Amino acid sequence: MSDAYKSDSNEVANDDDAPVEPLALPLDGWHRARGGRMVDFAGYWMPVQYEGIIAEHTWTREHAGLFDVSHMGQLTVTGEGAVEALEALLPADIAALKPGRQRYSLLLDEQGGILDDLMVTNRGDDFYLVVNGAMKWDDIGHLREFLPDEITLNHLDEQALLALQGPEAAAVLAGLVPGAAELKFMHAAVLDWNGVALGVSRSGYTGEDGFEISVPGEAAEALAEALCADERVKPIGLGARDSLRLEAGLPLYGHDLSEETDPVSAGLAFAISKRRRAEGGFMGADAVLAALADGTPLVRVGLALEGRQAAREGAAVFAGEAEAGRVTSGGFSPSLGHPIAMAYVDAAHSAAGTVLSIDVRGKRLAASVVPMPFVPHRYHR
Amino acid sequence: MTTYYTTDHEWIEVSGDTGTVGITDYAQGQLGDITFVELPQPGASLGKGDAPCVVDSVKAASDVYTPVSGTVSDVNDALAEAPELVNTDAEKGGWLFRIALADPAELASLMDRAAYDAYVAGL
Repeated sequence: MSDAYKSDSNEVANDDDAPVEPLALPLDGWHRARGGRMVDFAGYWMPVQYEGIIAEHTWTREHAGLFDVSHMGQLTVTGEGAVEALEALLPADIAALKPGRQRYSLLLDEQGGILDDLMVTNRGDDFYLVVNGAMKWDDIGHLREFLPDEITLNHLDEQALLALQGPEAAAVLAGLVPGAAELKFMHAAVLDWNGVALGVSRSGYTGEDGFEISVPGEAAEALAEALCADERVKPIGLGARDSLRLEAGLPLYGHDLSEETDPVSAGLAFAISKRRRAEGGFMGADAVLAALADGTPLVRVGLALEGRQAAREGAAVFAGEAEAGRVTSGGFSPSLGHPIAMAYVDAAHSAAGTVLSIDVRGKRLAASVVPMPFVPHRYHR
Repeated sequence: MTTYYTTDHEWIEVSGDTGTVGITDYAQGQLGDITFVELPQPGASLGKGDAPCVVDSVKAASDVYTPVSGTVSDVNDALAEAPELVNTDAEKGGWLFRIALADPAELASLMDRAAYDAYVAGL
């Protein structure tokens, strides 16, 4: 057999060729003790699975799954003029973001290319950003370069980040953390757990109701233990995190999003608020506003495949005999029982119901364009 | 019947001049949930080291190499409906294909069970 399975390689290659030993996160020992299979992911040892990706995927859709996403970057932005400073870099309406509210946003370059996607929360005392683990060092560099000197950027590298996701997540967390169940989707609060301050938001990356919980690293193991003491909760690895987010139609940076993609072709125009469309004034605005007005040659679409064979990132998509695009992520959907994929295709072939084919190892697999999410979101609005 | 193993985690159970090929239990455990298996066409001629099968898991697609050269004589049709057989019964019911051996001498380069177990223990 080929050795594709041996480990998940780093999401982003090192700049130098020397192999770098992955770093251990606060829950490293906890994952190993619970039988997590650890792989090098974004420069950290992370659990890719425990009992198996399909079982973990299904458990999260039916009960509650606990994900360790401590590799992600947690940043705060503070200082006089923080709103304006962030609005110069993000296309979101930060001025209208009330304390306790969270938004999905994008770091864009001058050409409107996506440097990263992120969550930004107004915590009252600061703006709190969660960025992708593999991109956080680049993001920090970008923010330091373009934020004014009077703005302070902090990297909360001693905080762990857990996600509790699934239909039973709210009942579980409410039992431990008073106030959690009162939050609505994309709302956030600092809540007390036995004297530990938790930064809790009602959001996630699975399409299910759930929470992301920022916890001091030294308290992370006790919190994970307390959550998993509830029989409705199981720890879930990165493998199921990927299959869940794919079903939820949520793009993954480095695969479905990159500097080569823009928010409009990526289907993320919702992240450019109405006021910012009218006023511009954010990095990449000229290109993004033009794309909004004129449309883009390529569009990110969902594809449902016939049969059982999956199409993976990089597979060419055809409309008849003409190449029409490329798959950016794909795999078997445990919830639907057939393979699904995201692809960028020519806008002319992006309408739901369009029949296309995908080249997988020299074979053409039939696929049709379907609306995303593939599996309906169940957010607590 | 004698079973041989490869460093790529295939097994071949040889009876007369026919071999039955699959992946080892260790390999299926590493791959995780298998969702699809692409099998060769009966009658296909294979050279040692060709990759006539693809095993798709939720995470990735992996090639399966033939341990020996020969002609495919049969494939495990049950895998079309139940690819998870490779997970639940990798070294028996989850077999992939049968091959008429072109050169039984090729078997000499493969491992026996004890050698394979030692090899896996060292990974």
